Amino acid sequence: MDLEEGVISPGGIGFDINCGMRLVTTNLTEKEVRPKLKELVDLLFKTVPAGVGSSGIIKATPAQFRDISVDGAKWCIDQGYGWKEDLERTEEDGAIKGADPAKVSDRAIKRGLTQVGTLGSGNHYLEIQVAREENVADKKVAQVFGITEPDQVVVMFHCGSRGFGHQVASDYLQTFLNVMESKYGIRILDRELACAPFNSKEGQDYFAAMKCAINMSFANRQVILHRIREAFEKVFKRDSEDMEMRQVYDVAHNTAKIEEHHVNGKRRKVLVHRKGATRAFGPGREEVPQLYRKVGQPVIIGGSMETGSYLLVGTKEGMDLAFGTTAHGSGRTMSRTKAKKMFRGDRLQKEMEQRGIYVKSVSFSGLAEEAGPAYKDIDEVIETTHQAGLSSKVVKFVPIGNVKG
Amino acid sequence: MADVAFEATAKTLAQLCEQAALAVTNTMVKDLKSIKHRVSKEISLKAPDAEKLLFSFLEELIYLKDAELLLFSKFEIGVKEAKGGFELAAMCYGEKLDMKKHELLVDVKAVTMHHYEVKQSKSGWFARIILDI
Repeated sequence: MDLEEGVISPGGIGFDINCGMRLVTTNLTEKEVRPKLKELVDLLFKTVPAGVGSSGIIKATPAQFRDISVDGAKWCIDQGYGWKEDLERTEEDGAIKGADPAKVSDRAIKRGLTQVGTLGSGNHYLEIQVAREENVADKKVAQVFGITEPDQVVVMFHCGSRGFGHQVASDYLQTFLNVMESKYGIRILDRELACAPFNSKEGQDYFAAMKCAINMSFANRQVILHRIREAFEKVFKRDSEDMEMRQVYDVAHNTAKIEEHHVNGKRRKVLVHRKGATRAFGPGREEVPQLYRKVGQPVIIGGSMETGSYLLVGTKEGMDLAFGTTAHGSGRTMSRTKAKKMFRGDRLQKEMEQRGIYVKSVSFSGLAEEAGPAYKDIDEVIETTHQAGLSSKVVKFVPIGNVKG
Repeated sequence: MADVAFEATAKTLAQLCEQAALAVTNTMVKDLKSIKHRVSKEISLKAPDAEKLLFSFLEELIYLKDAELLLFSKFEIGVKEAKGGFELAAMCYGEKLDMKKHELLVDVKAVTMHHYEVKQSKSGWFARIILDI
């Protein structure tokens, strides 16, 4: 969107503001983890709350929550929940500038107050995965991203801003519905895509509030990373630094950001809405962390809990094709209702265990909804993405353990 | 495709609100009977029209689920036409969410405006709601 004449739309960003993915490596191999896998997943199930109404370890006051909404992951690091280097390896260094908690309702804060450090439910998850040697597509870039050993164990998780982000989006959707037509003469077919001019008071207020939710989500994933490190320490009786549990990257996939792009041959600042879409910046972009800038931004795309996920890298081509954007997941093939009719969660859990994937879920019904066939073939989706030049394959991870809400 | 949609019908607007509220709870908890009536909460709302009234009521329930960890399985609702629209007064009965007591399904993030509709006909009231989960 043009910054002067364009609009901003909460529905064009998504209700789960900064729903995103984080990837962490370890120096453990599958062989070392397998004997303790159940213990590890059971512990993670306890320490990373998931599902309806889950609350996390951070018992923030409203004032602290407002700080979190400005300082994001940095607030967590300052409190001892993580390593300083995690920030550099997070989109926007873990806290996007311009967040204004005064633009966020008390209701939104109350909804999110106890939820920092929680997974949520639906398609949110925490997964222990393995990088098998035959699944490394680009060894050079894999090394840069920290995938260096055959059968290396990594952890990937997917979650967002929880009730806080949802309320911010809901609040402003109503605000925009009230002014969109009457004040700005904008008409749309689907009210869910209500919008206001980006340059309007309402537009700027939402932008500042949305950034609060972006930061809360970074903080959420930061606390979860800390809990993952703690769980590994307890189970393997080694320091997480000793196990080299380094963050690869944290990407957002429901945001609106001001970015510079080539549009019709000119370099322009535009507002890019990404809903269920991942930023995938190519080599040389200043937004990409220094340590990755030569190769491009790590891109994390999740598949189903049965099939695996991918790490890719942003491309120069993708910058021109799609404003440096790629998919965020494989996409569903069927509704949740149909999946629940076709699959049984308890049976699925047993079948997966027989295939070497240990999954713990808050709800069997929720598990059925997430069955592998309910999603498109991740290999096909990634191959298409790769062939289209949107992002380039680096490594495929196969799941061995999973926590679901 | 990853959302949950339902349609509700009832003779009165108050009953429609009740049915929709039960459906929202049922999206999150498998068995409504497992939610006992240990806590009661009063909700009072005003809205310029029936669509906004139902929307605000369901939003309030979703808010209470996160902010106070409350789930409700019984509603006594009164709706009356007032100056400038409608007024709703509801007594909601339920209890604090408990993973051990309640078989939890999926978390409801919000009521969406996507295909959202509330309309009245000769036979009563109808609502179509899509929840973001």
